[in-house]
Amino acid sequence: MRYFELFSIPVNYDVDLQEIGARYLELQRAAHPDRHSGGSEREKLLAVQKTAEINDALQTLKHPLKRAEYMLAELGLELRGEQQTLQDPMFLMQQMELREELEEVKTSSDPDAAIAKLEQHIKELNSEYSNELQSLLASQEENDWHKAADNVRKLKFVYKLKDELERIEDELFDD
Amino acid sequence: MALLQIAEPGQSTAPHEHKLAVGIDLGTTNSLVATVQSGEAKTLTDELGNAMLPSVVRYLEQGHVVGQEAAVHAADDPHNTLISVKRFLGKTQAEIEASYGQLPYEFNDENGSLHIHTRQGDISPVQASSDILNALRERAEQSFGGDTITGAVITVPAYFDDAQRHSTKDAAQLAGIKVLRLLNEPTAAAVAYGLDSGQEGVIAVYDLGGGTFDISILRLNKGVFEVLATGGDSALGGDDFDALLVEHFKQQTGAHNLSANTLRLFINKAKACKEALTNYAKVNVGLEFDGQTHTVEVTRELFAELAIPLVKKTLRSCRRALKDAGISTDEVLEVVMVGGSTRMPIVREQVGEFFAKEPLTSIDPDRVVAIGAAIQADILVGNKPEADMLLLDVLPLSLGLETMGGLVEKIIPRNTTIPVARAQEFTTFKDGQTAMALHVLQGERELVDDCRSLAKFSLKGIPPMAAGAAHIRVTFNVDADGLLSVTAMEKSTGVQAEIQVKPSFGLSDDQVAEMLKSSMSNAKEDMQARMLKEQQVEALRVHEALEASLATDSHLLDEQELATLRDAMAQMQAISASTTEPQEIKDAIEKVDAASSDFAARRMDASIKKALTGQSVDEV
Repeated sequence: MRYFELFSIPVNYDVDLQEIGARYLELQRAAHPDRHSGGSEREKLLAVQKTAEINDALQTLKHPLKRAEYMLAELGLELRGEQQTLQDPMFLMQQMELREELEEVKTSSDPDAAIAKLEQHIKELNSEYSNELQSLLASQEENDWHKAADNVRKLKFVYKLKDELERIEDELFDD
Repeated sequence: MALLQIAEPGQSTAPHEHKLAVGIDLGTTNSLVATVQSGEAKTLTDELGNAMLPSVVRYLEQGHVVGQEAAVHAADDPHNTLISVKRFLGKTQAEIEASYGQLPYEFNDENGSLHIHTRQGDISPVQASSDILNALRERAEQSFGGDTITGAVITVPAYFDDAQRHSTKDAAQLAGIKVLRLLNEPTAAAVAYGLDSGQEGVIAVYDLGGGTFDISILRLNKGVFEVLATGGDSALGGDDFDALLVEHFKQQTGAHNLSANTLRLFINKAKACKEALTNYAKVNVGLEFDGQTHTVEVTRELFAELAIPLVKKTLRSCRRALKDAGISTDEVLEVVMVGGSTRMPIVREQVGEFFAKEPLTSIDPDRVVAIGAAIQADILVGNKPEADMLLLDVLPLSLGLETMGGLVEKIIPRNTTIPVARAQEFTTFKDGQTAMALHVLQGERELVDDCRSLAKFSLKGIPPMAAGAAHIRVTFNVDADGLLSVTAMEKSTGVQAEIQVKPSFGLSDDQVAEMLKSSMSNAKEDMQARMLKEQQVEALRVHEALEASLATDSHLLDEQELATLRDAMAQMQAISASTTEPQEIKDAIEKVDAASSDFAARRMDASIKKALTGQSVDEV
């Protein structure tokens, strides 16, 4: 997998963020356009492209959801931009309830407590679906990859919820 | 016995030639130019010893004057004396009127590009900015004994959008300045501060200038200045505090429809009053106009009361930037204050309260940006090959495309580290659709109308297919200056469209060339001579750069490849020395560029490999 190779780290869902950070700076020191400002046009263009790739790799490797999506894509399961809906009524029901709770935060008498409660819930869901990713993605069985893909689809819902909550928090905070 | 000279790896054997590079702080109120001389960065002064050049241009019957000379006529010649034009860069008349209310200028934006009417005809903000840059360039060249400068790093507010950045670059080009890099003002300040203090950790740079506000959160670590997040308002600065006082004066004197002269008088008095309140608790302002005389008393408390909503606005940006950076206020080691407007006691007090620490005000808030820019310029022209400094900056505002229903789909979110390239796929929504209009936008809001429109272009010649069958891949590229270019391609057929995003109301490259031409006295011959000189210099630069690369890395090429490259280089040199046609040199440079492409790629891979090997050795 290109991004892992670029950072010269083992292909593994669990990553050492500190190691990634250190590698990132070393890569930037070598490739950044400012390091090639005296070079030919070709070299400068190459520096911009390479740095863009390094930046993209960092964003992907650093973020748990993006990292999982990337690994699945490399395994042949492209989830990014897919239209497929989730076939899990229980999960969807739970999401709808959480959405309602989210809407109620705005009008809640104690928004801080409501936000804290939702945050806790999101955290639990997050670890529930993230827990198995390491072993599922390391597996050689295609079946496991499909299981991982389903977990990632659910994680996407969870992350979206988290974004929404942050947006609402911003709104409440700003006035 | 003569000693053999052995060059350090990465350095050429040629004697080290010091190149003249400057940092320019093109400010709303004042502009500065700085350079590194004998290892020390310093601002350059005029004959009178002033480092600050008021960013004011006055257009006379013949020619123009820049700086203090122009500023003194602001009140008696308001229409021809352009002040704070930086606020107008990359803007439309409607936007300016909405942001600033009454101004003593006659605007027009026929043909879609904004101009200010003066006795010398219509002047664009880019033109006026270039006149200021020209004055700074002349100052620098004089202090270098008449030598020309190799290039400049020009600072821009971190929160400047793509249109404002492009306009700044156009202004530099018009002034005949090679732009090495556009650098964000708070990042420049962090460089000057960080290198000086040797501090490591997270710092916040609060930069309130004459017309713009920026907040940047940076991590300083072993010479790397990594911007974690930035925020701000490119239409909020000291001028807005003056405007509050002008309103107050109007109320107190009962004067409402002011003439351009009286308005300028009020603005000047407001500015002086604001500055005096930094040192005095109470100021009496005398206003003489239309045969009337008024005295208005302003206390520090009253001013604070007027100003607090504006200061709170800046703190909201601070909170958002901290959040985007994932940093809490207690993790911020130091708050560095930049920009003349941070002298206001109310600003210092509020910022100190927000970050729960005393802001650092010991550095000169006016000069620090130019100094930081000069340090980077010095490195970029190659004067300090051993320098370990690296600046990693971010995109200030999200970039996106218009989708169905007037909504914006974000392609690159704000605070993404640049350079960056992102692609997104779109499809046709009608059967047989053969063209697709793309509308590029910048901003955080969901609706197209609330974002800044950067460019519109279309991808034509898509073969007719069923709705949803075409795959159009749109790629956004943002370079290290924060400038965007966009390409669109239909994947199955390879139909392609490409634009360098230029705001519809900005200048095209042709217009810049045209203005350059008309600004030169003996247009044609001079233009030809200048272009020839430029190409000769470029050929020499390419030659030297390749020689230096070959000196260390020629082993990356086999004999055949080396011979081909050497051949192209020799031809380029021969043509450059003999021809009078700039285009011929340009073609020869392009051939060398093509011949060196594999070499450049291998060198890049080798240096990356080396960087990572160095890393694992360190870890052992």
